Formats: sequence, structure tokens, C-alpha cells
Amino acid sequence: MAVATSTIEKIKNVVQNRHQYAQDWQKKNGGKLLGVFCTYVPEEIAYAAGVLPVRLLGSHEPQDVTEPYLFGMFCPFSRDVLAQGLKGRFSYLNGIAVAHTCMHINQAFESWSLHLPVERSLFVSMPSKVQSPRALPLLTGQMGIFKSEIEEWTGNKISDADLDRAIDVYNTNRRLMWEVYATRKAENPPITGLETMYVALAQQMMDKEEHSQLLRELLEELKTRKLDRNTGARLMILGSEDDDTEFLKMVEAVGATIVTDDHCTGTRYFWNEVERSGGNRLEDLANRYINRTPCPNRDWPGRVRFPRVLEMAKDYGVQGAIIIQQKFCDPHEADIPSLTAFLKKNGIPTLFLEFDVTVPVGQFRIRVEAFLETIGQEDLF
Amino acid sequence: MMATFTGNDTNMGAGLKRYPTKPLDCWKKAKELRQRYYEQYAAPGKLRWAGSAWALDPIPAGLGEDVVHLTGEPYAAAIAFNKDFAVRCQEAAEAHGWARDLCAYFRTYIGGMFLDEYAFGGKYPKPDFCFTGHICCTHGKWYELVSEYKKVPYVAIDVGVGASGDLNANKIDYVVNQAHEAIEYLSKATGREYRDDLLIEACKNLFRSTSTWAKVCCLNKNIPAPLDEKSMHSLYVLGTLDRTDKEFADFYDEVLEEVKDRVAQGIAAIPVERCRLMTDSQPPWYFLHFYRYLEQFGAVSVGSFYVNTLEGAWEDKPDGTWGARTTPMEKGIEIRTRDQALRLLAEWELSRPQWQTFYDPQLKTDLLIRMAKEWSLKGFILHYNRGCEGTSSGIAENRLGLMKAGIPVMTYEANMGDEREFDEPRTLARIDSFMESLGFPKQ
Repeated sequence: MAVATSTIEKIKNVVQNRHQYAQDWQKKNGGKLLGVFCTYVPEEIAYAAGVLPVRLLGSHEPQDVTEPYLFGMFCPFSRDVLAQGLKGRFSYLNGIAVAHTCMHINQAFESWSLHLPVERSLFVSMPSKVQSPRALPLLTGQMGIFKSEIEEWTGNKISDADLDRAIDVYNTNRRLMWEVYATRKAENPPITGLETMYVALAQQMMDKEEHSQLLRELLEELKTRKLDRNTGARLMILGSEDDDTEFLKMVEAVGATIVTDDHCTGTRYFWNEVERSGGNRLEDLANRYINRTPCPNRDWPGRVRFPRVLEMAKDYGVQGAIIIQQKFCDPHEADIPSLTAFLKKNGIPTLFLEFDVTVPVGQFRIRVEAFLETIGQEDLF
Repeated sequence: MMATFTGNDTNMGAGLKRYPTKPLDCWKKAKELRQRYYEQYAAPGKLRWAGSAWALDPIPAGLGEDVVHLTGEPYAAAIAFNKDFAVRCQEAAEAHGWARDLCAYFRTYIGGMFLDEYAFGGKYPKPDFCFTGHICCTHGKWYELVSEYKKVPYVAIDVGVGASGDLNANKIDYVVNQAHEAIEYLSKATGREYRDDLLIEACKNLFRSTSTWAKVCCLNKNIPAPLDEKSMHSLYVLGTLDRTDKEFADFYDEVLEEVKDRVAQGIAAIPVERCRLMTDSQPPWYFLHFYRYLEQFGAVSVGSFYVNTLEGAWEDKPDGTWGARTTPMEKGIEIRTRDQALRLLAEWELSRPQWQTFYDPQLKTDLLIRMAKEWSLKGFILHYNRGCEGTSSGIAENRLGLMKAGIPVMTYEANMGDEREFDEPRTLARIDSFMESLGFPKQ
């Protein structure tokens, strides 16, 4: 049995009571709460104005409230997110923000803006051709516009010192997350993939300074923590958005450990930090969002994401990858055959699973177990 | 081809006003131009590029007078007419691992590429390079795959910079500078010296084609409508094939004159026009007979947001109506330099009504309401198109917006390119109910 760590329980508690956390934060700090639809929103700018960015996620419950607003052929995550708004679960938010990313989540944002009362709906025009040097001046300009809009909304002028502080807080938090992830490179990681998912989700809901404090406590605990379980097959998960804790729990119960990931609510949120040039802070920020591991709808004409996924897989001793595909997610779907071929060529077998708001854990278990057999976890002879 | 009614049509009740009809004179030439376009792409000895119909296509035109191209979306739509080939293409894409819920055009196109078959005979003609614009989630990925599979150079221009009302110098520079980069890249990749005169000519033809098409669409504000949407599909498609070609632009001038003449003579698309409607999104290409089905109710679709705005350029006119955009040439602007041409092109394209829908459904709802008024519509038929996330973006909100404005609307779910996802009897039953609710039962 794993040594109970109160820090992981605290982190899990935030995720499971995310709405209460946000409202308590607002009571304590007085700042506004900004619902964020995608990891391309430059949160540092909002944070610099005393705003808490709160990642919007679904609840994995079947729902029928979005049908009038969002055509059913758009991804289940975008519909689940909109459903949370329509059900009033995020009624405490003061504003919402999205970056121009995929059409699915953009529609959830638009419908939320049209039908739910928020003080401000903010749209960041994020370039798609991040491989062009022209993307940097565009995004730097858009960062400036976003900054002005945040200032106007909050009534707080963002000074250089405010922005420096926000960037430092976020960078510190990212580095601490790398340290947590680095512990999973061990032959027997002291933290499971499920526990790490909670850590990553909490990161997106919490004040980064508070989250960083929890990470420091966690890192102390992880120094001596030994899990009473077999690591089993070392897997990574790849995909678009994934916060399906029930799925991860099942995978790690059948003889595997998720040791790393590349997906929207995992490493893609925090992996790159803002590199300070000593010059234009907004340009530094823009550089960070341009150079982070891209969402597939930004990964052209050349492929940047694939070599990064492989590098991560090698770094973490990954034996196989589970591709978690949100049904109807066009950008990720367009990559999957090429990605699986690339990984196979490089010795990483893959298992493809299509996700919806709820998943058939029983059927998926059979498939995961078969996958584990094929990657040689069980000695058959 | 429009039917010629002799007056012996027993579908319509007695006492209804009957308009004269006649086939389009330009029909034969439209078919010839289209056929020639596809044949010349496959012919050897030309510089071929493959890309989106939404690419900034004047750019490759500057590489020489022998440049030909294959725009993927209309090509895939053409395949959709051939049901057997369409299914084989889609199954080939799925067999290679591409999901069935991806863009129907993308799947059809890559399926044909994997089968190495060309819809117009022979093998899939390998492009010399790929060039596209990127606005929906698919375009950039589509030609990334084609270029990898065929091992050819690839450049794409990101045009997803936001609604035209939010354009600023920074955004225009972003698009224009990408265009400059693309020209340098393509010159190097093809070994060709770039000709700015060809670029400028192509831009002018594009401005002319798209403005003239909007003028044609405006003529359908007349009662009776001189064209029906089914016929318009056969004409608008030329703009998706090659808006930069002088012959295509000249042809649209001919179409405009013919349609003006039809208006002057009171020649209608259908003999009994009791109910004017519009649709939205690409139609299910295998279901175009539904426009004829509407005639049984005395109903005519006089256009669609898709047909009118996909390759039409529009603006607010001084009289408050929505009309064809004034071209730079009509404003007396002389286009002299590469940068000037690219700036005019960027601003022209970024203002397309069809592109605004990618950002804010309310922008499209407002235009639909305006179209209902200016085209004297009784309602809209919205296609919830599972095959295209772009044209379906915000469509549920458009429905709500139309209802709020008191405009009757019906919806049906289908897929523009994949007939496996279509229930024809159910859709026809929905049309029957809708028309009855409008007070136009089948005659």
C-alpha cells in the first residue's frame, strides 16, 4: 500500500472541489476569476492584473443541454465544457477567454459568450503558422491588445514589475512541475500517472504560488516515497484534452504506469517556460507560446510535435503509448496515422482509443490488457 | 440543367401565376470550362500545384504561364457525384487510418490519392508542390499529408487572423509577409523566376470574378428569381476552380449579362415561385435532386450563404443593401508592385463573409437575417453538415438567431461528401413538414 501523502490528497481535493477553491480564492484575494478555454491563452498577463485564470473542464457526465447551441459533431470536450456553463457550475466567473485555436472549443466560447452572463469575453488572435518568423510580431501585438483589454476590464494597470512577477511565478511553477515529472523517470516512479494527472489539473485551476507551495511539499515527500505496486509497463498518453481520471485508474490497475504524456491538459500546458531576453516582455511571452509543443492544428508545414513526443518517450523509458482521441477532434485525428507510424518506426507501439464524455472502461480495460500483452509485459513462455 | 416546363405540369394548382423559364445559354460553356480545367491539370508538361480553393491562388500564378492547379474541395465534391468512387475513396482513407468523422473532402481526396486514381481518368496527377491557405482545423494538415506522401515541397499561409471587423495593420502584415515568404520559397522550390506582372493580373482577375459573382447573386433578389440554387452550384464552382484565370473572370461577365437579360424578360428559374428560400452549407452533393423536390411545393432556393459568399465578394452599398464589392480597379487603383498586390489581396480575402463565421456565429446570423430581407425569403433550410466543421461552425446558434428574428428555419443532418451518413426519406419528410408549416403543401 502506498504511503499516504497528505499533499496529494490536498491536491486531489482542489480538483474535486475546484469551484469552491476558485470562490474562496476570490474572497481572500478580491481579484477577478477568468475562465480559460485553451492552453494558448497567455495567462501570465491576466495573473499580472490580479486575475485568477481557471481552466474550464468538463464533468464527464452525459448531458443534453448543449444540443440547441452546439452541433453534436463537434468534440465532446467542447460540449462538456459548454454544458458546465449552461448548468451554472461556473456562474461565479467574471470573464472568459479563449485563443484562436480549434473551431470546436472556439464555438463553446462563442456560445458561452452569447448565452451566459459574463463581464468580459476575451479572444486572443493566436497565429496558426507558428513555424513562420512572422508569427512572433503578430502574437506580440496581440499580447499587447490582450493586456490592454485585461487592464480595462479589471481597472488595474499592469506595470513591467507586475508582468515580471507573473512570469516568474509561472516559470517557477513550471520548473517545479518538471521536477515532479522528472521523478517519473525512475525505474519505480514514486508517483503514479493518476496522481500526476491530479497535480497537473490542479495546476490549471489554482493560483500558481499556492500550487508551487504544494509542489515543494510534494517533492519533499517524493524523495522517500515508495509505492507498494509494480511499475509494470511504462506508458505515455498522447492526445488532445484528457482529464479522465477513471481511465487512468484502470490502466494503472492492470499492470502499467503512465510515466509521461503529451496532451492539452498535461505537459503541453506547462512544459516550456518564458525565456527572458531582457527586452520586450510581451515578445518574450509570445515566444513562449509560439515555441511550446504545438497543438496539431499549428504543427505544419513541418512536424515539430512528433520529434518532441519521441524525445520525451525515450527520456522517460516509455514502452508504449496510448493515443487518447477525443471523438471528432479534427486536428489530432489528422495526425494519428502519421504519428502512430512514426512511433512504430522508432520502436514505440501504440494503442488507439476513442474517447467521449464518458468512456467504456470495461471494454477499454480488455484492450489495454491486450496491448500490455503485445508489448511483452507478461512473460507468456 | 434546368427543366423546361411546357405548362402541362400537373403538380401546380390552377390559378397560380406561371413564369416562363428557359435553360441557361451559358450552361454549355460552363461545363466546357470545368472539364478543361480538370483535363489540363492532368496533362503533362505543366507546373502543377495542389491546394485549397481558399488558398491565395494568385501567388503561384506568378511562377509562370503554364501553372495549373487542383483545388481539393471542388475536386472532392466532384467525386461525391460518383457514388461508387466516392465510397472507395473514403474507405481507402479509413483503411489508411484516417477517422471517418474527419472533413469529408479531405478523406475523399486523400483516399483518391492512396488509390492513385483521378476522378477525370487515369492516375492521380502528382503535384509539383502543395500550396494552401489555412483557416479551418484541416487545411494546413491536409496538404501537409499530401506533401509528405508525394514528397513534394509545401507552403501554407495562415489566414485565420480574426473577423474582418477586428483587422489591424499587424494582422494584415502577418498575412502579407507570409505571402512574400511563400513567393520566395516557391521560386526556390521550382527554380522559377517570379513574375509580378502575372501576380498582378491574377489578383485583378480574382477581384473581378468574385465581385461579378456577387452581382449575379444579387440579381436573384428579383422576383421571380432568374436562377435557382441548383443552377448556381454549377456556376459558382468555377470561382472555386480558378478565380485568377481571365477566361473564367470573362465568363462570369457573360453569365451576369445573361442573367440580367433573364430579369429583364421575366424569365424565372422555376415556373411557379410561391415560396423563396435559401439554404446554408455545402449541399449533400449526391442529394441535389432535393432542389427539384422543392418545386413540388412551388418553392425555390434562390441562393445560399455558402453559394453566395464562398467565392463572392460583398460590401455594404450606399443604399444600405448588401451588394457586390467594388474592385480596386473600379476605384481607380492601379496595382503596380508585388507588395501592393499582396496587400490588396490580403485585405480582400480576409473580408470574405464566409470566413467571418469562423470567429463569431452572430456575424453570420446577422447576414442571414439581412439576406432573408433583401432576397424576400420565407425561410431557411440549414444543412447540419457532418462533413465540414467550417461551414457548420456556429450553425446551431444561427438557427437560434433566425428563430429569434422570426424567420422560419428547418435543419437536417447529412454529410456533403459521404452518402453513408444520410437518411433521404427522413430528410424529405422533414422538408414536407417544413413546407406545410410555411403554408405551402405539396401540390
